[in-house]
Amino acid sequence: MEQKMEQTKPTHEPAKHAKPNYVGIFVVLAVLTGVELGVAFLPWSKRVLILILLGLAVWKAVLVALYYMHLKFEPNRLRILAIAPLPLAVILVTAVITEFIW
Amino acid sequence: MTTHVMDQGSVMEAPVQAEPGAGVYNEKLGMWVFLASEVMFFTSLIGSYIILRFAHPEMWKGPGEVLNVALTAGNTFLLICSSVTMVKAFAAVQDGDQAGLRKWLVATTLIGATFVGVQIFEYVKLIEHGFVPSEGLYGSTFYTMTGFHGFHVTIGVICLIFVTMKAFQGKYTATDHRGVEVVGLYWHFVDLVWIILFTIVYLI
Repeated sequence: MEQKMEQTKPTHEPAKHAKPNYVGIFVVLAVLTGVELGVAFLPWSKRVLILILLGLAVWKAVLVALYYMHLKFEPNRLRILAIAPLPLAVILVTAVITEFIW
Repeated sequence: MTTHVMDQGSVMEAPVQAEPGAGVYNEKLGMWVFLASEVMFFTSLIGSYIILRFAHPEMWKGPGEVLNVALTAGNTFLLICSSVTMVKAFAAVQDGDQAGLRKWLVATTLIGATFVGVQIFEYVKLIEHGFVPSEGLYGSTFYTMTGFHGFHVTIGVICLIFVTMKAFQGKYTATDHRGVEVVGLYWHFVDLVWIILFTIVYLI
């Protein structure tokens, strides 16, 4: 019985994460924000600007998720849970965009 | 609720645990499930925004014509700063550094509150210039998206105040700091959403 209780003992202790260079990530995020501001006002084609700006935004979001939210260091099952809504989000956005293209 | 029958016939209740394979404690698993639902919430807002903007592109102005991009860029920088202070608080408590934990949590709370303050200032200035929520699709989508995000930041600041108070009471240790990690996940998510919204609403 004692052994069974030991197996079901609550495991509240948070897992130790590796510690990436948080300040380095911050510098990258700040620089990318500066690049976004510079790009937004360039006299380029609107479509090109949208692609570049969205690319930069996604890059920053991925950095936050991987390093600040520690997804890079989490078990695979938690990563799957975290990215589960993304295909649905892509389907939704793609569907509404295609309404106006086709 | 899991129950265990003891030898003498008494029943002991044990806390509900996460699936063993998930490898994380319940509060963290719950926060990730909540954040997954939040992804869909903000995606629905962005999807609506895309439909409306594609349908009536003439109602939107270029970057900086109505909205104050410089002010909001500064606010974006503040939110990025708050993410690094939050993660520094987490790193500090992992190392058992109580002073560091308190210092970084206070910094995160203050920066978060400043973000909300700047957003309110921005709203006041825009309304003074006649850009109100009823100002067509541009106004209504702007206030809906940034307003919901601001609401999330406000909730985050309230949670941070709670966590900071507990930190000053010495409730978090190197081996048990679930509150710091779970609120930190929420805070970083709010930062992540703003990164996307800032681009879509202010720069495109």
